[in-house]
Amino acid sequence: MRLPSDPHAGYLDAASSEPLHPAAREALLAALDRGWADPRRLHTEARNARLILDNAREATAAALGVRRDEVTFTSSGTDAVHRGVLGLLGGRRRGSTLLHSAVEHSSVLHAAAWAGTMLDTTARVLPVDREGRLSPATVRESLAALDGTAMLAVQSANHEVGTVQPLAEIAARAAERGTPLFVDACASMGRLPLPGGWSVASGSAHKWGGPAGVGVLLVRKGSAWRNPYPVDDRSDERGSGFENVPATLAAAAALQAVVAEREAVNARQHALIARIRDVVATIPDVEVVGPAETRLPHLVTFSCLYVDGEALVTRLAEKGYGVASGSACTASTLTPSHVLEAMGVLTHGNVRLSLPRTATSAEVDAFLALLPDVVRDLRAEVGL
Amino acid sequence: MRLDLDCRGLRCPAPIIALAKALPTVDVGDEIAVAATDVAARVDVQAWCRMRDQEYVGEEMAEDGTPLYVVRRLL
Repeated sequence: MRLPSDPHAGYLDAASSEPLHPAAREALLAALDRGWADPRRLHTEARNARLILDNAREATAAALGVRRDEVTFTSSGTDAVHRGVLGLLGGRRRGSTLLHSAVEHSSVLHAAAWAGTMLDTTARVLPVDREGRLSPATVRESLAALDGTAMLAVQSANHEVGTVQPLAEIAARAAERGTPLFVDACASMGRLPLPGGWSVASGSAHKWGGPAGVGVLLVRKGSAWRNPYPVDDRSDERGSGFENVPATLAAAAALQAVVAEREAVNARQHALIARIRDVVATIPDVEVVGPAETRLPHLVTFSCLYVDGEALVTRLAEKGYGVASGSACTASTLTPSHVLEAMGVLTHGNVRLSLPRTATSAEVDAFLALLPDVVRDLRAEVGL
Repeated sequence: MRLDLDCRGLRCPAPIIALAKALPTVDVGDEIAVAATDVAARVDVQAWCRMRDQEYVGEEMAEDGTPLYVVRRLL
């Protein structure tokens, strides 16, 4: 059970939301008192808010290695994805086909479906291999087979299984055909360097330890992106609505801190996940999913034969561990994860475990000590 | 020989549990046809075959339109 002194002990679901980074908390508290006014006005209070917003944009750009005027703060990662995908389709110079990998986040799939209805575009899904990887050869062949692809959407890393996509090669294939590339970087932003070659990219602050309600839309200078929604008269024409100024500063502070710490944190998390993969693989009839090396440092997914995903998540929660699952019974739609399905791996009995920054070796050991018994007990309950 | 396993209306992992329990009742070389309405069974039957070293023969359709996932016992 969780100790009051360590409120996040046992929380192993950072990929759903990373606990607020101390740097974000500090920045948020300071900015709440100074950043509440309308940054467009010209009085003192407004200038304070504008200064904080500009600082947040500057720090975010520096942490990501992009230009300041390429950064737009949105109301969420999903909002950034929608604006990114639909804006590239709206600005397209040719073609009506949106190519995307089979393992994109649902926000990309929903944007593609919406565009099909509203913009008369057609989505084409690119298959992935058993480890969830999109091959650059598949991208090349698909682009060559289609006459004028409007855009290509490929994630930097997969949010469910951790697979890091070969984006340098994929971006090169897209560039050869002059196809604009959208990179959903929500799963990796801050944790891994931002890949290059995109026209538009997206990020989500609560996935790196910033507050929820802050997304990042990156639009490369000179790319053919057009605002797909009603415009607003804010300081940044790519966004809309009154900016949550304190939250953007908190997001930027967390991003800076995560980038500064990532070499050490990633090495520690990568080793902990490697240990989890090794131990989990020794449990009978359990399949560890996704690549062992070319992956997000903090995340692993595995599936347990004959086990109900919801029962597994609930049993682990009773023991003090918070994990996610891609199994159908845990989804509001009652359909299994499209990611696991595209990979052709077992969809039931699925657990996604993702380490927050503060996860310790002792916590991981304690989890690994009880997991085999939990799986065995659940199987015994169904007579196996 | 083929054993028909009616898993209509059952949600995963129930069809896979039924398949695992039925396996020892058929001879090596015989088939089991799992009729399942849960879409997850399409992926999970194949994954089960891979993990348990059994052969996935393919997908057929029952008279009522329900998918049949056919497995051959190898060991």
